[in-house]
Amino acid sequence: MVLQVTDLCRSYRGPDGRPHPVVDIPAFSLDSGQHIALAGHSGSGKTTFLHLLAGILRADSGSIVLAGTELVGASEATRDRVRATHLGYVFQTFNLLQGFSVLENLELAMRFGIGWDPERARELLDAVGLADRIQHSPAQLSVGQQQRVAVARALVNQPELVLADEPTGNLDPERSTEALDLMRRLCRDRGAALLLVSHDQQVLASFEQRLALADINRAGAAS
Amino acid sequence: MSAARAHFGLLGLALLVRRSLRQHLVSTTITAAAIGLGCGLVMAVFVIQQQAERAFTGDSVGFDAVLGARGSKLQLVLSSVFHVEQSPGNVGWDTYQQVARHPGVELAIPYALGDNYAGFRIIGTVHEQFTAYRDGNGAPLQFAEGAVFDPRKGEAVLGSFVAARTGLKIGDSFHAFHGLNYDQGQQHADEFRVVGILAATNTPIDRVIWVPLQCVFHMEGHVLRGAGTVFDPHAAAGAETPDTDDHAEDHADAHAGHRHADDDEHGHDHDPREDAAGETAFGIPVEHLEFSAVMVKLRGPQAGFEFDEIINRRGKTATFAWPISTITTEFFQKLGWMTSVLRQIAYLVVLIAAATILASIYNTINERRRQFAILRALGARRMTVFSAVIAECKTIAALGAIVGWGVYLLIVTVAGGVLRREVGIVLDPLAYHPVLWLAPLGVIALGGLVGIIPAWKAYSTDVATNLIPRT
Repeated sequence: MVLQVTDLCRSYRGPDGRPHPVVDIPAFSLDSGQHIALAGHSGSGKTTFLHLLAGILRADSGSIVLAGTELVGASEATRDRVRATHLGYVFQTFNLLQGFSVLENLELAMRFGIGWDPERARELLDAVGLADRIQHSPAQLSVGQQQRVAVARALVNQPELVLADEPTGNLDPERSTEALDLMRRLCRDRGAALLLVSHDQQVLASFEQRLALADINRAGAAS
Repeated sequence: MSAARAHFGLLGLALLVRRSLRQHLVSTTITAAAIGLGCGLVMAVFVIQQQAERAFTGDSVGFDAVLGARGSKLQLVLSSVFHVEQSPGNVGWDTYQQVARHPGVELAIPYALGDNYAGFRIIGTVHEQFTAYRDGNGAPLQFAEGAVFDPRKGEAVLGSFVAARTGLKIGDSFHAFHGLNYDQGQQHADEFRVVGILAATNTPIDRVIWVPLQCVFHMEGHVLRGAGTVFDPHAAAGAETPDTDDHAEDHADAHAGHRHADDDEHGHDHDPREDAAGETAFGIPVEHLEFSAVMVKLRGPQAGFEFDEIINRRGKTATFAWPISTITTEFFQKLGWMTSVLRQIAYLVVLIAAATILASIYNTINERRRQFAILRALGARRMTVFSAVIAECKTIAALGAIVGWGVYLLIVTVAGGVLRREVGIVLDPLAYHPVLWLAPLGVIALGGLVGIIPAWKAYSTDVATNLIPRT
């Protein structure tokens, strides 16, 4: 099992000064290589959930065991390390580093993770069809190409888990299908589990395993 | 894995810094230039001050004291050693003999100032200047070309800088001009022929034209007042041409009021002290003789103390400026406030430049918060982004330090040219001074220090909040 979540809670303090639960998940898990699509509407806490899994946000309580490391209560340095080496993250807005080339975007991720290996980076960029764009800056790429860079960057450290937050939100339907196929294929080839959250029914329908966030998040169900 | 993470180290930081500097090229360039200006100024102020002071106060002069007219010791030293001031007046034969014949005096060389060629001072002197004189290192004056003048003829020996600037060569002739500053209307009829050019000494000597003492005395228009009355050697000698001999003179006219001194009467290379027994010296009755300055080398300090007592404290007509190095050191101490002001200005420029780094980086941090959040989301530690900002500030400062060396070279070269031209002192921009590495290291450290504020801002970036693009 690559991910085990137990009694995970996270609240935000509202304008009234009272805590408002956003995530309250009694149990959730992912096996190695498992692909799951999580359905969630806007404001359902799906991004907060993914940030908790990635160690970007600190949970109020509960447990997140990712690749054998407990993240809740772990130091920030530990969470940084787990994020760099065991996790890939594809953002809706891709979050590519402007001012850096395509190859440098992967280089930085690798330097934080398994270490810089230009051959591996080039191989991955070749796999996503960007072998001839490695020196381009993100601004010089189409939206679809940027999304492929984001996928390559998420997988470059050979993570056990890839989190994808509305990864096709900025793509047209045709490119959306292509991007999903690519992401799933690369994850499958590399044995990485994939947890994708989306509110797009077409995207969700393409996954064999689907869950509604509201079904596992008691806070989301309450809202 | 820790080794892999450590591998991010310098190369990763270098990549982050390089790209950031490229993205902010204009502000980086301006900031580095400002740092360079401040750094270069600091280095230049320290080096120029040290080298100028060393040149003026060091023992390279080769003389211990200057005997001259009653007045300022500093003026006497500046006019006779560094050739940058008017002579305070003249000293008579008796006083000269009193010093020159003293057993504690190793060497006493009379100078007669008051004329120039193309702005370069013409000094009348005796052969000992070239035969007996030794500089502070014990070296005599070396000739690059030619030889010393014949004291009986209108011949001249040029300092190396004079030769280079005027283009005069061996065999060329030139007219002397009255006064220490070049004025076309003040040309003397007398002509000098160049017979020698000295090798460069990198001292004020390079800016001097040396001629026989008696030629100065006998120049048309020069008069002597050693006896308290006007004596015209030129007229007394029957208006002979200056290239024969026994043309002595001073300027009796209204120009500058300066008077010239003399040397031996026969124009030979003999000790003028021996002339005391005769009625004349340099073909002039000794009671009329007077010198602008007498350069004195002592056998020991005892004679210096004695002359200080006899001439300076008890006497009323002459000044014995001794020791030369102490007088110039006191002069530089008086100028200490100016050096201090220059240093304060240079420090201020550095501080302003450091503030420029702070402002330029701090301003970019806001627009780079998302970049830091992305880096953190990729696994970068807080200290990594902190270090990246510090490294960026240090890099800008280091670029500034490199520019600073260029600014330093420029300033010292320009200032060196002015000093060389005005006082004959040569600055060596490549000479070692600790400020040449302390200042660059200081500005780099300062860059790192001011970088703490924007680095802390980067360190504190909230990842979740800043991952979302701002619209």
